[in-house]
Amino acid sequence: MRVKRFIPLAVFALLALLLFKGLSIDPTALPAARLGQPFPDFSQPELLTEELIDASALRPGPALVNVWATWCYSCRVEHPYLLALAEQGVPIYGLNYKDDSEKARQWLADLGDPYRLNIADRDGTVGLDLGVYGAPETYVLGADGVILHRHVGVLDQAVFEQDIGQWFPALAKLGQANAPEGSAQ
Amino acid sequence: MRRLLCMLILMSSSAWAVIETYEFSSPDLASRYHLLSQELRCPKCQNQNIADSNAPIARDLRVVLYEQLEAGQSDQQILDFMVARYGQFVRYRPEVDRQTALLWWSPLLLLVLGGLGVVRHFRQKERHPERGLTAMEREHVDRLLKDRLP
Repeated sequence: MRVKRFIPLAVFALLALLLFKGLSIDPTALPAARLGQPFPDFSQPELLTEELIDASALRPGPALVNVWATWCYSCRVEHPYLLALAEQGVPIYGLNYKDDSEKARQWLADLGDPYRLNIADRDGTVGLDLGVYGAPETYVLGADGVILHRHVGVLDQAVFEQDIGQWFPALAKLGQANAPEGSAQ
Repeated sequence: MRRLLCMLILMSSSAWAVIETYEFSSPDLASRYHLLSQELRCPKCQNQNIADSNAPIARDLRVVLYEQLEAGQSDQQILDFMVARYGQFVRYRPEVDRQTALLWWSPLLLLVLGGLGVVRHFRQKERHPERGLTAMEREHVDRLLKDRLP
């Protein structure tokens, strides 16, 4: 009979725990449906050379695939950090998402080009197959071209160290010696 | 005042909503389009379906939906296509699987638990029926009432 008195307290504690956990969940973070699958196949022109490329162009991994566009303001914010990462030897492939290719080429000429190559996804079909719903987004591809991780939003040093650095172990040691510039904001 | 009201109505999201029009080859396709575009959820502006949202991604998904309907895809094929890219999140009525089981079954579970509680409550009442007042209690009540009542 005594135990019974504590039932309301137990229910309250459980509910409080549940709601407290709810506070720390980011409702805008969607699980990526493509995790663990190979990068969807495509055939699109490369932004600079206009040569048709397919998913095999994104190898070898591990590499980053960065979804960007000139209309995307946050892409300009993360651009210096991408340059710094590329300088440290992280292979970055670009997915120029629903963009005007002329403007995109101008952007790379003005701000610098961190990308090994760029998929010119003018109508957004590659983005759609990948499950992209905005820019910027950054995907981690494994050595075999399988999608390991997705980050939605600006990629900066904090995000890289916490979520992405694990796939670039050689860089982790290197990064401590000379942290990329202009990335700490 | 009336002008203000008109402006407010025009500014509401539903007035902005459907921007483009599609020509369907059959009225059946059009009605399926309306059903599916209300069941599919916009990944960008959450808590809006793709029919209501004017986010670029919602517009893209409406185009895909239109093209796939015209290409003769079944509802299930279209939903599978969307789920493969955006996960079960993209459906307002996700398929019952291990992840969504709690979502689907908890209303029934709560109803059963509540029902059990009610049954228990009445059983207990049956076991301990009201016994009425003893002579001493009745005397006490009478005294109290006499004091209060005029």
